Amino acid sequence: MIKAILIFNNHGKPRLIRFYQYFHQAAQDTSYCKAEDMQQQIIRETFHLVSKRDDNVCNFLEGGSLIGGSDYKLIYRHYATLYFVFCVDSSESELGILDLIQVFVETLDKCFENVCELDLIFHMDKVHYILQEVVMGGMVLETNMNEIVAQVEVQNRMEKSEGGLSAAPARAVSAVKNMNLPEIPRNINIGDINIKVPSLSPF
Amino acid sequence: MSDVVEKTLTALPSLLSLDSHPGSAKLSSTSKLGNLIRGITELTSKHEEEKLIQHELLAIKEQVSSPNTTMMKELMVRSIYCEMLGYEASFSYIHAIKLAQQGTVLEKRVGYLAVSLFLNESHELLLLLVNTVLKDLQSTNLIEVCMALTVVSQMFPKDMIPAILPLVEEKLNHPKEIIRRKAVLALYKFYLIAPNQVQHIHNKFRKALCDKDPGVMTASLHIYLQMIQENPEAYKDLTPSFVTILKQVVGGKLPMDFNYHTVPAPWLQIQLLRILSLLGKNDQSTSEVMYEVLDESLQRAEMNHNITYAILYECVKCIYTIHPKSDLLEKAAKCIGNFVLSPKINLKYLGLKALTYVVQQDPKLALQHQMTIIECLDHPDLIIKRETLELLFRITNGQNVTVIVEKMLEFLCISEDDHTTIDLVGKVAELAEKYPLKYNEWFIETMNTVFSLGGDMMQPDIPNSFLKLLSEGFDSVEEDRKLRLFAVNSYIPLLRGEPGKLPQRFLQVISWVLGEYSHLREDLEPAEVLSLLAKLLDMKNSSSETKSWVLMAMTKLCKGGADASVTQEVSETYSSSLDTVLRQRAHELQYLSQDPELRARVLPRGAKPETLEVDSSLSFLDRFVSEALAAGAAPYKPPHQRQEELDQSKALSLEPYGLSLPISMSSCSITDRQSPTLLSMSSGLSGDTLKLDGIKRVWGREGYLAQREPVEEAAQVEVPSPIQSPGRQGEGDSLHSQTPTQTPTPEPEQEKQQLASSLFVGLASQSSVSLMGKSEPMPQRFRRKAKGQGLGSSFIANEQISSSLISPPSAVDNLLCNNLLDSNNASELAEQTSQLSQSLTTANGTCHAEAELTESDTKGCNPALRRDNCVVAAGPGPHNDPGRLTEVCLDSYLPAELSGLSHSEIAPLCANQSLNLSACHVQKEDSLILVVFIMNSSESAIQQIRLVSITVGQYSLTVKRPAVHVEVVGTVSYQLPAGTSQSLQFSYKVPLTSFIRPFVVSTEEYGTMWLSFSHDTKQNLTLINDNQEPLTATLNALKKKLQLHVVEVIGMEGIVACRLLQDLPCLMHCRVNAGWLAVWLRSPVPDLPDCLIYHCQRALQSL
Repeated sequence: MIKAILIFNNHGKPRLIRFYQYFHQAAQDTSYCKAEDMQQQIIRETFHLVSKRDDNVCNFLEGGSLIGGSDYKLIYRHYATLYFVFCVDSSESELGILDLIQVFVETLDKCFENVCELDLIFHMDKVHYILQEVVMGGMVLETNMNEIVAQVEVQNRMEKSEGGLSAAPARAVSAVKNMNLPEIPRNINIGDINIKVPSLSPF
Repeated sequence: MSDVVEKTLTALPSLLSLDSHPGSAKLSSTSKLGNLIRGITELTSKHEEEKLIQHELLAIKEQVSSPNTTMMKELMVRSIYCEMLGYEASFSYIHAIKLAQQGTVLEKRVGYLAVSLFLNESHELLLLLVNTVLKDLQSTNLIEVCMALTVVSQMFPKDMIPAILPLVEEKLNHPKEIIRRKAVLALYKFYLIAPNQVQHIHNKFRKALCDKDPGVMTASLHIYLQMIQENPEAYKDLTPSFVTILKQVVGGKLPMDFNYHTVPAPWLQIQLLRILSLLGKNDQSTSEVMYEVLDESLQRAEMNHNITYAILYECVKCIYTIHPKSDLLEKAAKCIGNFVLSPKINLKYLGLKALTYVVQQDPKLALQHQMTIIECLDHPDLIIKRETLELLFRITNGQNVTVIVEKMLEFLCISEDDHTTIDLVGKVAELAEKYPLKYNEWFIETMNTVFSLGGDMMQPDIPNSFLKLLSEGFDSVEEDRKLRLFAVNSYIPLLRGEPGKLPQRFLQVISWVLGEYSHLREDLEPAEVLSLLAKLLDMKNSSSETKSWVLMAMTKLCKGGADASVTQEVSETYSSSLDTVLRQRAHELQYLSQDPELRARVLPRGAKPETLEVDSSLSFLDRFVSEALAAGAAPYKPPHQRQEELDQSKALSLEPYGLSLPISMSSCSITDRQSPTLLSMSSGLSGDTLKLDGIKRVWGREGYLAQREPVEEAAQVEVPSPIQSPGRQGEGDSLHSQTPTQTPTPEPEQEKQQLASSLFVGLASQSSVSLMGKSEPMPQRFRRKAKGQGLGSSFIANEQISSSLISPPSAVDNLLCNNLLDSNNASELAEQTSQLSQSLTTANGTCHAEAELTESDTKGCNPALRRDNCVVAAGPGPHNDPGRLTEVCLDSYLPAELSGLSHSEIAPLCANQSLNLSACHVQKEDSLILVVFIMNSSESAIQQIRLVSITVGQYSLTVKRPAVHVEVVGTVSYQLPAGTSQSLQFSYKVPLTSFIRPFVVSTEEYGTMWLSFSHDTKQNLTLINDNQEPLTATLNALKKKLQLHVVEVIGMEGIVACRLLQDLPCLMHCRVNAGWLAVWLRSPVPDLPDCLIYHCQRALQSL
């Protein structure tokens, strides 16, 4: 089962978090501490573990102490500015998950037409919807890209029909307002996009 | 992948230069979210971010609570964003639920998403969502149904599952494939969190497995993987089905849609291979079914893409897990070789994993790849390094242990990860204890390193077993003395140095050893040791636990006289300590130091450890308990039960209850001289990675003897050995071909080879032994447990009528085959679709029937069949009218010895043109007899006579694990006169009630048993209100229906007892409470109370 899916950028900024298991605070630590804080700790620890690994080492990591125990594994891929990390238990195949990440990213690419970090930031909800079609409650639901895209599109069509007239002007306005966009990428830390090499050559 | 990145790169300039690229519109910079994000990215410090977010949250809060806000969706996304960054937006939770409840479809979607991200399954607000989910599950809008199913599978309160279960179940028959698939996964989730609640729909899972859509079938494999993991025996009959599915997938029978990089449905293949390996484990006949398909999978998976490696890896693991077959093993070994030698790091990792997995079966394999393993030891990637150490750990023997431990300690020094450290420290300690050999010094030194590196993180049983080793000693007194002396010698300088830097655990070990054995060193004055120990007491960072160990050691050492002043001072200081344990120790020290005679009696020097009999059931307290109970005290309830009751009564849960429970083991451990070693607590951690069951304590009194021979050998290895050990030369040719780098040997290469020879020494000699059977003591721990073997065989042999295996429900296979083929054709030939779909529905119909027939409704149902006597009654005899064969005449065939007993209705089981099966069960005092009537109804064409012969088989049934219903599955195979053999399957369902017998006990016996049983359940039952007294009436009804024994009725309470046949008792406590009968069941068996309460309910309902 997949326990959690984390996406963060090279600086550890979370871009998408999805936990399929509720991580409690360790029992001895009864000081008031919310699960959300636990999740933040897990993100930080995971980032710490993953970010210090070179791109030429393997994509599997075992046993972070927070996310727990020898049964758990972190499987990650590094794309340009983003890390996609899946935390799974021993019932999942390592290479299978590695390719699932690939499927997920390729699907994102299809849905967003050239996906980049900005898409994930501004359309967090959509990314969640896509993810919901790939993984449901920690179980792999669908691995066929076309099927996933089709499902998401069904929902999007619904959006269009509902958004109707009101949506159109908004888009026009946004196009005009985009004039000041050039600042965004500079501020959002994707400056080192050229330095980072994709972690995986195509097999 | 590079193309995606490339696209990203090319997309960036377009974003920057803002052309009319369609993608650019997606950055809706007008949105508040956009502003927020931009705001955040402009910030420089965490503090500023916090301020901004708090501000933002306030703004959201304001807007969200204003009525008829139109931008709820956006607000929700913004709160999600804030939550993701780690800021709490709890005020929006309720709004998210409201949105999911009331919004339009799109708003609903955001609402559900927010809810599933914000809440967890134990959150109170989740109850408010139940109604919404109920409504949406019934919606006609597919998207709403999908959303509901998704949120249900993400999190749903356990108690509310019954409310929506029927609706989700219904969705299994939904015409839309996607809905069925999601429903299956939702049910799987329910199974995970509350297995008992979905017990009754196991046959529906079977239906999902034979669904005409491969997607639904794939989803159902999740469930099967889980269930088979829990109980492989119950699903053996599905093996051929899984094999058939895999065969079709591998053969490319699935539509092209399912291909991923030209590999047909790889994830499906992986899942199936995992299932097969679970089924074939320790089971030769099941394994034989899958050899062919495994071979095919290996061949089909050409090495061309990442995902095919995934399949290969699973194949290899499966081959090594199931009953071995030599040519498959060979191929698998080659595969592992390819993995290990691969330049791709991920594959190398998996290769090492696979090697680790198989090395206990096939040490030759590790030998073949020794040079690669050596290289991996120096790999820059720590993960690879660790995996290599794990592999080395498995091949450790008496001869290479020093080198391997050295490598592990090296790694420990650079490892920063706590988890790794704990794990590795445990392994080193285990190795050191297992092979102390004659290197006393090495052993002590290694353990010293372990203690100082492992610090206080390591599992508590490491110091415990170390001390145990020291104190128990071995067969030679002289050896023991040397070992202990060496330990003392190594600790003294440590204490003289900077003891403040040593971890607490180590200090505890040191003080114990010094207390026990420092007298072995003659030149050492006890006074000096005392002052060294006293120094530890004064250290700031010494924990009170350590201090009490130190005081204990001082008590053992003090002799009065010169060192009296030190002890006096210490005991005075601590006799007023706030810590009661310390205070006690100080007093002990004070008295014993003044009374040498008493001390010699209490703490005799050099005493052999006596075994302590620990009464873990605390039975010596029974009298106290019963007296207290008689005096009106409330009976003890285990913590979980108390918690549950608290939850039920919705009372405040008071934390301190839970906190006060764990009693400090350390404090009790010192009271007895030997107890620190005997009270070794097992740690959870070591159990995870190592199978520790069944390991002989190599270093115990007997174990050491058994190991004497390897010890002798090892002594010789200390001398720099020739590079090639003799065994390795025996390996000879094959090795050279594997590692061609061997012939030219440059300097570093030679070093590595030397390392290799020291690491792999001893392996070679093992490998000369056959693959499976090895006599080395080391692999003992890894040998697969033969558990369940006996059970399995008895299960398979359940029908002695047939010598063959239970054959699969063949219709299922055919159906699958049809479906897959059909959908294939359908895509090609659109014209024929209508016709095909027709055939599909009919196919589905048969499938349904089949599924009903073979359903095994409970996972825990393991009826072990014991054959008493078979083929008892009547031989063949002519009969005129078999068609109207009534029960009455079957009755007459009932064996004479059973005819006096009550039997259930004789029910027809199944029939085909030649055989007719019926069965009934007879309840005997100590057993349940299943009687099977086999009737020949075939027509012999030649003789034109209808021959009817009836054979009666009689089987006695027992239940190993209780379940609501117990199902017996069997096969009758028979030969027709023509010589063709055929078989007929049947299944027979017996309610658990048939196994229940009254259990006659006295009230006192009942009382003691009640306290000792650990599994319980509680429920309220309806009372029967006729003119009698309701409690007696209800109990009598239960007694009549379920054969319970009413022990006693006292006022409004009654106690009842029963048991499953002759063992497995279950006690029942009933109390009339507010018009209900509050029933509390207890049993030593896990599922029995649950099953029994079910039958009680049914019994009372049917009245």
